[in-house]
Amino acid sequence: MPIEISEKTVKRDFIEKISKLSGQDVYKCYQCGTCGGACPMSDHMDAVPRKIMRMAQFGMEEAVTGSKTFWTCASCHSCSVNCPRGIDLARVMEAIRLLTLRKNLNMVEVSGLPAETVEELPQIALVSCFRKLTS
Amino acid sequence: MKISYYPGCTLKTKAKNLEEAAVASMAALGIEFEELSRWNCCGAVHSLADDDLIHHVAPVRDLVRAMEQGSDTVVTLCSMCYNTLARANMLMRQDETKRKTINDFMSEEKDYHGEVEVLHFLTFLRDQVGFDALRAKVKTPLNGLKVATYYGCTLVRPRDVSIEPTGDRQLMKSFLEALGATPVDFPDATLCCGSYQILSNPEAALDVVSGILGSAVSAGADALILSCPLCEYNLAKKQEHLLESNKIAKKIPVFYFTQLLAVALGLGGEACRFDLNEKSAVEFLKAKNVPVAASV
Ligand code: SF4
Ligand code: SF4
Repeated sequence: MPIEISEKTVKRDFIEKISKLSGQDVYKCYQCGTCGGACPMSDHMDAVPRKIMRMAQFGMEEAVTGSKTFWTCASCHSCSVNCPRGIDLARVMEAIRLLTLRKNLNMVEVSGLPAETVEELPQIALVSCFRKLTS
Repeated sequence: MKISYYPGCTLKTKAKNLEEAAVASMAALGIEFEELSRWNCCGAVHSLADDDLIHHVAPVRDLVRAMEQGSDTVVTLCSMCYNTLARANMLMRQDETKRKTINDFMSEEKDYHGEVEVLHFLTFLRDQVGFDALRAKVKTPLNGLKVATYYGCTLVRPRDVSIEPTGDRQLMKSFLEALGATPVDFPDATLCCGSYQILSNPEAALDVVSGILGSAVSAGADALILSCPLCEYNLAKKQEHLLESNKIAKKIPVFYFTQLLAVALGLGGEACRFDLNEKSAVEFLKAKNVPVAASV
């Protein structure tokens, strides 16, 4: 399916928000795919991290924020330590997450969790999950 | 100078086996740490957004507590706490603007500039105790125990807080050798266990977990050590389920590194709280003639 990329479609403010929040320059990415190769969760992502970077470069806000990639990310920093361009991709994922979470949306509904799950999980699992996936 | 010990939430509840084995081992090694008298949850993860300073307040407050106690070092056992405290500390050392904002925000506290060093207990064992000295204190060598060294993420990433140069995988190896065990390095030793995705995307997390466990077994390990209660939950507590759903071919016993330390130091397993490990893990130790507490 052809994708139209033009001055009209490129959301510059979206690119700016990502770089401001993450401190990373998405244009540095040269699409080698090392990040996805290092990513333990990539099999379960609808778009590999490399693709997210490409879409971010083109300011494709809806495609990026509509993907599940950044919700599937475990913030493990494998991509970040392996990127040959020195991009801290974990920060880019966090920026995209926050752009959505800050609209008061939750990825995990705390009140909907089964009591046994909460009882069984170590505290750090709950705290880290809520920190990353709730607003 | 004094050394503070920061336990963190999970070690006082689900991971008593990580903590109690360590505390007993410290006593056996003549190490004196002072537990922070007033500590709070570190937040478990480091905030990665440039404008999100509020989440650094919790770990920095813990570091202020250590400074107040007159310590120049704070030691942690949990990998996630280590990572969160060490990165907050780095931020306070390196970023003048953010440091000022955070200090101003905590106006009731003393200003903090990164005065305290954050160490993981494994680093402390390597650098302050020394593995030769440790070997000399071993009373029950873990001969014939082939143990996979699982680091996960937070001990080794990002690079600037890694407990050893990323990719080296020497620290746990030397640690196990000092205890008389046979370390087994395996390809997935530093792969993420899926972390908190066990809650939000269990299918994805369990796929990674199966891979890690299979990789350790294929490398010839008959047990695995780690230092993070979240890794322990994913890699140990989920094994039964993975076996039932045919995602792994066999189980592998999982222990906190401090538990093997304590038994090797001749503490007889009394302090190890093996009751919190999987039953099959305890059976394994018994079969290998490693002492576990009589009650387990
Ligand atoms: S590893 Fe870095 S340069 Fe390569 S595709 Fe990923 S982000 Fe881009
Ligand atoms: S930080 Fe996220 S995107 Fe990067 S390797 Fe880990 S799980 Fe994948």
